[in-house]
Amino acid sequence: MSTAAITIAGCTLVTAAIKAAGPVALGGRELPTWFTSVVILLSPALLAALVATQAFAEGDRLALEADTAGVAAGGLAIWRSGSIVACVLVAAAVTAALRAL
Amino acid sequence: MSFGILAEDAGLSDVEAVVMSAIVFAGSAQFTAISILAQGGGAGAAVAAAALMNSRFLPMAAAVGPSFRGGKIRRALKGQAVVDHSWALSSRGDGSFDEQLLLGASAIAYLTWVTGTAVGAVWGNALGDPDALGLDAIFPAFFFGLLLNEIKSRRARGVAALGTVIALALVPFTPPGIPVLVASLASLVGLTRGARAAVLERQEAEGEAR
Repeated sequence: MSTAAITIAGCTLVTAAIKAAGPVALGGRELPTWFTSVVILLSPALLAALVATQAFAEGDRLALEADTAGVAAGGLAIWRSGSIVACVLVAAAVTAALRAL
Repeated sequence: MSFGILAEDAGLSDVEAVVMSAIVFAGSAQFTAISILAQGGGAGAAVAAAALMNSRFLPMAAAVGPSFRGGKIRRALKGQAVVDHSWALSSRGDGSFDEQLLLGASAIAYLTWVTGTAVGAVWGNALGDPDALGLDAIFPAFFFGLLLNEIKSRRARGVAALGTVIALALVPFTPPGIPVLVASLASLVGLTRGARAAVLERQEAEGEAR
């Protein structure tokens, strides 16, 4: 199987298991506070790491490149407009423009 | 639609992109997995990061559980329909959920998600070189938009900063994909007394609203 196929199969299994576990295994019982507390903070940790590695890393080295500037411009766009669509469009446009130079 | 375009950038075929949307049906986990593939990470790292991203469905689906009718198997199947938007929409604000509204909203979200992926995948082929168009910047920009919604508290901002530092520090030393996984350890800040107290406070506030 290709990497893509293994990833799809793996994601399908873990997603289905997680979504099924909620209503069945836990059935109305509350999760422990420490668990909920960690889960809430997983999203900011993961998202920040994804943004950082994609904007600043090329393979195994850190680099400031066109996409770094693009993401920064996109960040500015969402901060000013609050629109994720504007953020994504500005990021792609700035990156493409810098590469075309 | 953006998922369809970006999936190709990560090396998925049109069919694979659509199949993934149709059977995984968890937007942020799918974006997480394919962005790790696009960085050059392996399938194991991609699936692990997607699982971490999906872990929020545990408390979400557990909260909905009592509002679902039917036996264990039916409730497990209905649990598959839980996505952020339908979960938020169907919450009655008193801890219970409107089952019909949740399933209906998820059905619509499912159709638009899968057809959007297909349109994006086909359209992506016609676009040409994704790098020349700056499409690779869409991933981090999109995650940045999601991140802004998640860092409304000082603690969450601190965790995001810590995750950034951990990930960037590991980039030169580990295979792609690993820095993101290790950065998730920043969420262990949630074990501190202050963070647990904040969760309890919020749960009590929700309890009083009932």
